[in-house]
Amino acid sequence: MYGLFLRHFYLITRSFPRVLDLVYWPTIQITLWGFISNFFATHTTYYNNAVGVILTCAILYDFLFRTSIGFNMLFLEEIWSRNFTNLFIAPMKIGEILTSLVATALIRALIGLIPAVLLTSPLFGISILDLGIFLFFLFLSLYLFGITLGILVSAGLLRYGPSFENIAWSTMFLLAPFGCIYYPIEILPEVFQKIAYLLPLVYIFEEARNILINQTVDIQNIYYAFLWNGVYFVLSIVLFYYSFNVAKNKGTLINMGE
Amino acid sequence: MKNLVEVKNIKKNYGKNEAVKGISFKIKEDEILGLLGPNGSGKTTTIGMLLGLLKPTSGEILINGQKLEGNRIEILEQINFISPYIELPKKLTVKQNLTVYGKLYKINNINERIEFLSKKLRLEGLLNSITGELSSGQKNRVSLAKALINEPKVLLLDEPTASLDPEVGDFVRSFLEDYKKEKKISILLASHNMNEVTRLCKSILMMKDGIIIDKGNPDELINKHGRKNLEEVFLKLSRSKNELN
Repeated sequence: MYGLFLRHFYLITRSFPRVLDLVYWPTIQITLWGFISNFFATHTTYYNNAVGVILTCAILYDFLFRTSIGFNMLFLEEIWSRNFTNLFIAPMKIGEILTSLVATALIRALIGLIPAVLLTSPLFGISILDLGIFLFFLFLSLYLFGITLGILVSAGLLRYGPSFENIAWSTMFLLAPFGCIYYPIEILPEVFQKIAYLLPLVYIFEEARNILINQTVDIQNIYYAFLWNGVYFVLSIVLFYYSFNVAKNKGTLINMGE
Repeated sequence: MKNLVEVKNIKKNYGKNEAVKGISFKIKEDEILGLLGPNGSGKTTTIGMLLGLLKPTSGEILINGQKLEGNRIEILEQINFISPYIELPKKLTVKQNLTVYGKLYKINNINERIEFLSKKLRLEGLLNSITGELSSGQKNRVSLAKALINEPKVLLLDEPTASLDPEVGDFVRSFLEDYKKEKKISILLASHNMNEVTRLCKSILMMKDGIIIDKGNPDELINKHGRKNLEEVFLKLSRSKNELN
């Protein structure tokens, strides 16, 4: 019995991502639900005139989640199936690997999104299409950010190996409190607000609520969302190439999946 | 005969640990070079460097006259690799897997190539089978088909017959001998199966602690060390201090 305990204890103590994973989930869950509860307790009439706002934001967030996780899954599946080395000895440029994963992640996310969008109307009388033409920009922005997170996590997998897998599942939840998905940014403490403004998410969800509740469009929100997306996307690509080079020096590529 | 592989004084350090300490060797076309050595001797690291998965700390690798550094993609088109430690996606059928790799290696006539390889490797009845449901011997032949999908000039084999029964092992060895003769390719064979190495290789490199401690053809090595077979030579060299750099 003690042996089995030791087996898992050694595993946890030898892997920083695993320790982080243990601390991380309760912290994030409490933070996120704390802000949501706080918001509903102090702004009981905020959503009175826009029933579909929460559901619309949930669909938008789910699209982001599916895109990011979808990208990570494509990468992880190659590790789990021990096919990783085969891929990296195929004559493919890193850019080609990333492009194919980006395109496949989009298809995966759309397969999940389309039924969800179609179901909201008959079930709840709500259509996400109420966001109009700007829905396309919001989705595009979320897709870019989801892909960016996917590339960042994949860079971590290259750099640190399969133990980074737990981080892959949790990136979206880490950002959820700062993304202001279900509540306006004002609900966050000032320090958190400063962090939130550095992410494209807050601009996307603020704008979705703005369109649905105020029936107006603030182009500046969309502009800032794309601006930050551009910054993080370029950063993620640079980091991926850097991690690939580190992996080539450390030997992670040959041990991956073993 | 032309040298298809030229390794010039390559070293690989992992921090302070020197995994490979400056080795050089060549593999001619139509040659199988055996790479022997105890675990941790630097064989996998050497193969990793030849595949471009590891960056040498110093030294140079040339494949078919081209430097690996700076020509990774062009060189990967000409080489391939098989190891029991890597697998193909388990949920895809054999044909789907071979098609995927045919596309990745930009093969023009994929179906013809798959048909040719499936005949040669006794895979005709397995093309529509799920890869993960195959036996070890069948999976091994599928991996070999994947490794030959691009008609490589250089084939790197890491324990290609590990965990195979004697019949399948013999089939794979005969196939490799015939294929090498027919296509004039270079093969680097890392193996712990001394009978296999004796049968397939005209020349052998013995590695230990990151250096080449001896080299020659199997008979030469057996005579030189006064042993009955290659396994005894391997044991002697593995247990002795390094003899030759």
